[in-house]
Amino acid sequence: MSIDSIRVSLKEDHVSEDMLQRMYELMWTMRYMDRRSVAMQRQGRLGTYAPLEGQEAAQIGSALALRSQDFVFPSYREHGVAYVHGMPLERILLYWNGRYDGCIPPDGVNLFPVSVPIATQIPHATGAALAAKMRADDQIVVTYFGDGATSEGDFHEAMNFAAVADLPLIFFCQNNGYAISVPLRKQTKVKQIAQKAAAYGMEGITVDGNDVIEVYLAMRSAVEKAANGGGPTLLEAITYRIGSHTTADDASRYRDASEVEMWKARDPIARLEKVLRERDIFSDTWVKELRERAESVVNEAIVAMQSEPPVSLDQLFDYVYQDMPEELAMQKQTALLRQTKGVDGRG
Amino acid sequence: MANTTIIGAIADALRVAMRRDERVMILGEDVGVNGGVFRATEGLQEEFGEARVMDTPLAESAIIGASVGLAVNGMIPIAEIQFLAFVYPAYEQLVSHVARIRMRSQGRFTVPLVVRAPYGGGIRAPELHCDSPEVIFAHTPGLKVVVPSTPYDAKGLLLAAIADPDPVLFLEPMHIYRSFREEVPEEYYTVPIGKARLAQSGTDCSLFAWGAMLQVAMQGADMVRKTHGVSVEVIDLRTLSPLDRMAIRDSVLKTGRAVVLHEAPRNAGLGAEIVATINDLALDALMAPVIRVTGYDTPYPLFALEDVYVPDAARVAQGIMQAMNYEIGARL
Repeated sequence: MSIDSIRVSLKEDHVSEDMLQRMYELMWTMRYMDRRSVAMQRQGRLGTYAPLEGQEAAQIGSALALRSQDFVFPSYREHGVAYVHGMPLERILLYWNGRYDGCIPPDGVNLFPVSVPIATQIPHATGAALAAKMRADDQIVVTYFGDGATSEGDFHEAMNFAAVADLPLIFFCQNNGYAISVPLRKQTKVKQIAQKAAAYGMEGITVDGNDVIEVYLAMRSAVEKAANGGGPTLLEAITYRIGSHTTADDASRYRDASEVEMWKARDPIARLEKVLRERDIFSDTWVKELRERAESVVNEAIVAMQSEPPVSLDQLFDYVYQDMPEELAMQKQTALLRQTKGVDGRG
Repeated sequence: MANTTIIGAIADALRVAMRRDERVMILGEDVGVNGGVFRATEGLQEEFGEARVMDTPLAESAIIGASVGLAVNGMIPIAEIQFLAFVYPAYEQLVSHVARIRMRSQGRFTVPLVVRAPYGGGIRAPELHCDSPEVIFAHTPGLKVVVPSTPYDAKGLLLAAIADPDPVLFLEPMHIYRSFREEVPEEYYTVPIGKARLAQSGTDCSLFAWGAMLQVAMQGADMVRKTHGVSVEVIDLRTLSPLDRMAIRDSVLKTGRAVVLHEAPRNAGLGAEIVATINDLALDALMAPVIRVTGYDTPYPLFALEDVYVPDAARVAQGIMQAMNYEIGARL
């Protein structure tokens, strides 16, 4: 391991029992939602969906270390981060049902909409962190991306800029081993993505991304460091995507079943369960109640998602500009007529 | 009032905006100590400090991408791209994010960003300093595209762009940065985005142009007035998106003939949209096909060829006379 990529080795003793239980409940909530979402996509009740199973610890552990004022710039697989940071599950589901409602966090929730083009959200985080630094308020910024994103120019440009400007920013890489089908060894020559931080004069840290406690503690340190003027950190969480890239992908085309089985044996939820058992928190009744609670939260969100009123044409036309140009207003009128009367006089 | 050039008016607008609102900041390459390669930001770092007039690393996508983050986190960034053709690495940020964030978030997040960039030919510059790709951005819903052609408009339009709640590409015709002066108020004022300017009233033919081509348009109009007594109405579009369609319609309804002038290549250039607008709104008034006087469908050449490429007054005069001499049915 390089000098610039120091593995954090911390014990769970620093984490309260309440926090351990919260971690478990949140991870279970997200896993249940994830499995329901994949199933709903298969039934035609949801659009193409990006599953997160296997990455619950990286997402929940890191997001729990944030304060509400901190600004999150996610990629498209961070449903767990979004939920922990205050995005209702219903809206997360609406996004995957093709609706803009899924891009609108409630007031006071500092979560940027999902960014589809790889790595393009990373410079946004750099700018937001620059604004936070200029205002000198107690806000740090975190951006999430995968291993594939580290090959993009925007990753390099944003990392370099953030390091030069010494910004309160955490670059959180969920290294799940694959960019769709391309394995990490074809993505980069370095052993660990955290090593890339050295080139920018930035601290890089690699953690076991399937250990929620380790992720949480490393993230908490990085947040404290950023908030105290210590500058940016590249935090790499090594994890694995158990499912396919999206529901439109078939991971069995490029991954051996034995590899998937190996990673299932490192399941982040089962690992936390072990800690909870050692502490006598875990019992059959405890876990049954907790799972029922988590599942009912998800089921309610699904019902709410399905009972949303039909999407309005306002969503298509009203937010391109603050003040609608005349020509666009005419196009909206035409579209409205077409919708209500089925015909119109304009092309 | 100050007697100043377009570049002087731009520098003045930046200073006025930064004094009025401390959220306004400038970022880009060489904008600090050097004051920008054309000196648009001269003296600003001295007055407002390194944080508000920031030399960034040499990375256009990061400049525009970071501007998104700055804007959604409370700042009003003005990003300078050294030459418009250098914006191509940041094209993705502009079309995939800057233009879409208001719609994507249904107004929850907005990007009040101004991207300033010198553009256009005629200054004997190296390759890729002179492209006119304005139509790419005019074709992108969510962006506004503004091009001044006078010092008064440069200041007023730039201040309007900075005050605008939506992202504005402010394209500066560098060929005429210093080519003439006019009186410009020293105080704050705005020129409305989305409104064309009547540069010269006329009755026989409408001539639509913007940026550095305004000078060429006026020369071409003058030429046909002297040689053939043709009265040309010259319209400075000033905003390329959203287009002032009513100004285009009204002028063509009055004159019945139209010529569109731009430096950019002809194929799918903004001229085509103006022709289509005339087709939509003023077809019955037309006495001749709308003529396009444009750059050729080639990459912008190295400068030994640029005088051949960039339309001049003679080509404009020829285009006007082509419209004037057209006989209905002659092409059948």
